[in-house]
Amino acid sequence: MAHRNLIPFGPQHPVLPEPIHFDLVTEDEKIVDAIPSISYVHRGLESLVEKRDFIDYVHVADRICGLCSFMHSMGYCQAVEEIMGVEVPERALYLRTIWAELSRLHSHIFWLGVAADAFGFESLFMQALRLREPVLDIFEETTGGRVILGASKVGGVRRDIDADSLAGIVKRLAKLRPELEELSTVFITDYSVKHRLCGVGYISKEDAYILGCVGPMARASGLDMDMRVIGYSAYKYLDVQPMVETAGDCYARCLVRIREMLHSIDLVREAIGKIPDGPVEVKVKGFPNGEYMSRIEQPRGEVIHYAKGNGSRFLQRFRVRVPTFSNIPAMIRILKGSEIADVPNIILTLDPCISCTER
Amino acid sequence: MAWFKRSPWILHYNATSCNGCDIEVIVSLTPLYDVERFGIINTGNPKHADILAVTGSVNEKSRQVLINLYEQMPEPKVIMAVGLCAVSGCVFQDCYNVMGGVDKVLPVDVYVPGCAARPESIIDGMLKACEILEEKYANRNKREKGEEHE
Repeated sequence: MAHRNLIPFGPQHPVLPEPIHFDLVTEDEKIVDAIPSISYVHRGLESLVEKRDFIDYVHVADRICGLCSFMHSMGYCQAVEEIMGVEVPERALYLRTIWAELSRLHSHIFWLGVAADAFGFESLFMQALRLREPVLDIFEETTGGRVILGASKVGGVRRDIDADSLAGIVKRLAKLRPELEELSTVFITDYSVKHRLCGVGYISKEDAYILGCVGPMARASGLDMDMRVIGYSAYKYLDVQPMVETAGDCYARCLVRIREMLHSIDLVREAIGKIPDGPVEVKVKGFPNGEYMSRIEQPRGEVIHYAKGNGSRFLQRFRVRVPTFSNIPAMIRILKGSEIADVPNIILTLDPCISCTER
Repeated sequence: MAWFKRSPWILHYNATSCNGCDIEVIVSLTPLYDVERFGIINTGNPKHADILAVTGSVNEKSRQVLINLYEQMPEPKVIMAVGLCAVSGCVFQDCYNVMGGVDKVLPVDVYVPGCAARPESIIDGMLKACEILEEKYANRNKREKGEEHE
């Protein structure tokens, strides 16, 4: 038997913007076991519902995660609205969908960049982050924030976007699209990129299903799972297509994200074409009494927001089940038996969001 | 322009941040904002770093990691608290696992406000940090000279 080594990975590591720690047990260059330890980012914000009233709590929900900030506030608002029986105006639903798809777009572009950094392609990383800026500019002009948007609220959205700005968004995304296609061509065809990604981190369809994968991770293994098709918000009026690949390796996960990114641009264009006129918010009366689970498709997969109220200003319980948490068992399975040099690649293609996971 | 004498390297650690400030720190290193024009680059090794940029407030578990990173950095060093969470705790002040700002654990030199901190203010903070670093070098040199005379 080869000699066993224990290699600590994280919490502070160059490829990880966020702290997660693994004890990697290795035999020569092969990993035989990976033991994760978490809670470096645990804040305990779910218990904050007892101290902030249900309308103020949207600000906390907004800050669960920086990359999918809008999705979290949207999920929270959906849950509370469903409990209180609030009819959200159609225009607000469309605006939410537009912001949500733009969030997905910027998150995936960021992922492409960080993944390029993980396999050592520095200039690709710089290019990807350059292309992310136009999306952030759209956010800044429509909501005022670059990362934390604060645009969603219980009963609608905080701001309207006028018709000229909507037309401008379509124009800018149309300009961005060829540049993104050029960037993704490098990922799809470049020899060295393929060499680092093809066949690495394979997980079969059965394993992905049993271990409870969600999001691009599941879709890359051939599982057709996309929460957008259940038709929350304005997705019921749009033509949503889940992007499914069958290879199940890092390269397939990369392809899924690239195709989703381009599909997001189409969805934004479609939503802007169909958006009706009308108010963007309704007045909310009374307090939530009851419970609801709202399911949303985040950039990383399905997220569930559970809220329970007892008719007072404060919710009794709020819980978030995030996609990274359900993908961690699959990540451990993939890490076992892989080479030590592939570890950053494998962890990155999962697109872990630790601050969501630990809250 | 005293602060262009050196090109300080930055070490970034996420204490309990929501990611928002982390991506803004990363964005400020990339083409549009580009702090590399001041010679500032991101390093993963605390032993090479001059400036420690901390995002997010401190909790029980990240406290020790922060202290370890701080102690591994060579003197003189500058601590930069990026974002409102690192400054005071932001909306998470009342959470049970949040101790408050980074200054509860480490001596912070530069506070960069904002939720999330904008790349422009991060660049401003980095330049302030460079000035403070220069001052610390000057003080150290003076002290060493004084010791020689004695």
